[in-house]
Amino acid sequence: MKRRKLDLAAMPGKAAEEVDDRFQVATPLRRLLNKVFPDHWSFLLGEIALFSFIVLLLTGVFLTFFFEPAMTEVVYDGSYAPLQGTPMSAAYASSLDISFDVRGGLVMRQMHHWAALLFMAAIVVHMLRVFFTGAFRKPREANWIIGSLLFWVGFLAGFTGYSLPDDGLSGTGLRIASAIMLSIPVIGSWVTSSVFGGEFPGTIIISRFFIAHVLLIPGLLVALISVHLGLVFKQKHTQWPGPGRTNGNVVGERMFPRYALKQGGFFMVVFGVIALMGGLFQINPIWLFGPYEAWVVSAASQPDWYVMFLDGSTRLMPAWEIPIPIGDGYVIPPLFWPTVVLPGILVGLSTMYPFLEARQLKDRKSHNLLQRPRDAPARTAVGAMAVAFYIVLTLSGANDVIADKFQISLNAMTWAGRIGLLVVPPLAYYVTYRLCLGLQQHDREVLAHGVETGIIRRLPDGRFIEVHQPLSASNGHADGHGELEYVGWVVPKKMNRLGALGPAIRGFFYPIERPVEAPVSPGHPPVEPRPEREEITSGESRR
Amino acid sequence: MTSDNDRRRGLLARLRERPAARSRGRRRLGAAVRLIAALMLAGGAYTVFAPGAQAQDNPQLTGAAAEGKALFDVSCVTCHGRNAQGVEGRGPSLIGVGAASVEFQVSSGRMPLARQEAQAHRKPPLFNDEQTRQLAQYIQELGGGPVVPDGDDLREEGNIAAGGELFRINCSQCHAFGGGGGALSSGKFAPSLRPATDRQIYAAMLSGPQNMPVFGDNQLRPEQKADIIAYIQETLKHDQDPGGFNLGRYGPSTEGLAIFLVGIVALVFASLWIAGKS
Repeated sequence: MKRRKLDLAAMPGKAAEEVDDRFQVATPLRRLLNKVFPDHWSFLLGEIALFSFIVLLLTGVFLTFFFEPAMTEVVYDGSYAPLQGTPMSAAYASSLDISFDVRGGLVMRQMHHWAALLFMAAIVVHMLRVFFTGAFRKPREANWIIGSLLFWVGFLAGFTGYSLPDDGLSGTGLRIASAIMLSIPVIGSWVTSSVFGGEFPGTIIISRFFIAHVLLIPGLLVALISVHLGLVFKQKHTQWPGPGRTNGNVVGERMFPRYALKQGGFFMVVFGVIALMGGLFQINPIWLFGPYEAWVVSAASQPDWYVMFLDGSTRLMPAWEIPIPIGDGYVIPPLFWPTVVLPGILVGLSTMYPFLEARQLKDRKSHNLLQRPRDAPARTAVGAMAVAFYIVLTLSGANDVIADKFQISLNAMTWAGRIGLLVVPPLAYYVTYRLCLGLQQHDREVLAHGVETGIIRRLPDGRFIEVHQPLSASNGHADGHGELEYVGWVVPKKMNRLGALGPAIRGFFYPIERPVEAPVSPGHPPVEPRPEREEITSGESRR
Repeated sequence: MTSDNDRRRGLLARLRERPAARSRGRRRLGAAVRLIAALMLAGGAYTVFAPGAQAQDNPQLTGAAAEGKALFDVSCVTCHGRNAQGVEGRGPSLIGVGAASVEFQVSSGRMPLARQEAQAHRKPPLFNDEQTRQLAQYIQELGGGPVVPDGDDLREEGNIAAGGELFRINCSQCHAFGGGGGALSSGKFAPSLRPATDRQIYAAMLSGPQNMPVFGDNQLRPEQKADIIAYIQETLKHDQDPGGFNLGRYGPSTEGLAIFLVGIVALVFASLWIAGKS
């Protein structure tokens, strides 16, 4: 029997052919793998969120193997001595076991928590990128709405996860959540008793939050993320304006192999950063907070950072109760406004912003090219105002820690927050608007007159002028060069951007090649030999 | 006036009527003896029940307390006044605060105060242990009050688990879950427990310095105090944080700061690097 020769080189091709014979995937796959992605660092921010979500799923699955979502009371007898013999819920005991008795459990728990913080942080940073560059404009409004919903669903995911360990901190958070629900007029008490299965804390809330946290909310997140990415594929990525880039094309790298490889590498980097933070920085030391008991509230009990703005708004809200004299009398508690009304307004404003702006500008065109923030000063200023508002609230959420560690009066912090909330956002609007106009003006100036060279020349009549390097050739204007049109992209403002210093040295952390000698640049103004000194004489000698 | 005299005369007359049979001499002698006995009784009772009246002027201080008084009259008298009676608007009276209070305030450097403000800060102590003990002895002899038990190790046989529970119920509201301290209203604060010694924690619980409530022996028994001190000193201070750098144990606020300063910054650099590789 003759052995057939195995052709290794032909095997992948043959295998692919066999697959294609059966599933007919070559045509759609080619389209997919040849899809072009524009390359700019700011387009990778959303990927941080996506990759940390993957880390969340991986570590979260690990945690479910050991977590017991029950509020049955047990007596702890694990290896953490300072809590031995303490009665606690099974959920807290199993969280302690994950931290101290499950091999690798603590680092997994910490990675999960850090990944959650990173997920939310990356969502916000990505959202800022999309906002400030105008990437949300038609046709991408739907994706903007999905993105904002992802923030709010992530918010719920974070809050339910924060509540699960049933330590002192999460119980305090739950107590506040129940108070927020109670503050809703008319339906508050019904909402609370249906969520908690009776009076707070009840015996069911951990199990309910568990199923929401591991099934319902992640399911919703996966669905939203899929639609989000699907829309990016369908509508194609936006790109910065530049040479060869128009509203009707996409310039960049093909998905396979370069882009896919880069993304794979970036996933490893994100995973590595989360793993490092999980291993190096302690997060939420549940063993110090102890089991939740209604009478235990620690100082510096704060929610995670993305919820902290609501804590801040609560701290800043004056104690204004609104009594309504119906029946036995009814009171709308002050808590209702900062914790129910404010987030409601924020959800509405953030999701509807693309439509508000288009309506304001009467803009019905499709935009696939991004805008530099300076070129849309009103939008940039509104964004700065929103960021300032959020930062004032978030800082106020931590105002007791700030007051204590910087030795400021807590009352002064509260008043600074109240006044700051009204004063800082308009100030941010004004300052940002002026900065944008100034940057625009400088771009136009450079385009019209050229780059500053730093060379000061003294004219025969004694005046000093700075020599400018024009960006375009002469076209017979009075000052000897033409004026360039602004195309919405970076204007070179330094001589080395024009090649005056020779090519930039390649390499990120250290040069990967020998720097070449700087050539005499054609753009550099020729250095003339010093003129011969002439004897200063009287006018008569000129004859 | 006249009616008053009448009434008094009538009373005397009634008294005279009863001892009719005795001779005048024996009556006089008996009256004198009774008078002397009554005077002695009254004087004796007075000296027994009111010994402090004389101490105000010329206190009988032991040696250590006398040394303490000398220190007091140099460093403390400006605000706490002569004989520690307090000065309106400057410093409270120290009568009855006890040695525990002196020990806490002076050994932690809070007293003498640097300036009048919302609350005293911990500083390097001005007086050494010996001088602190003398000051405490002086205040103790002036007006009594709570005293910290002897010994430097006040957590012997303290139960850490019980102490942890008591700490979370009684202390963490202000000093925070990790003992790092927290803010109170109008510039007041609960200080960090990290530099505190066993005796200082015990003294603070007994005397309730600044804004701290007093945890007398009725509220927390001495063995419960030992439990709490054991938890603070052994669990909060000496345990290594199992999860790595503890970010100051300030709770989620520094964790939020860390994710932006470390996580986001690192990954933005990474994305700059990757996008630059085209």
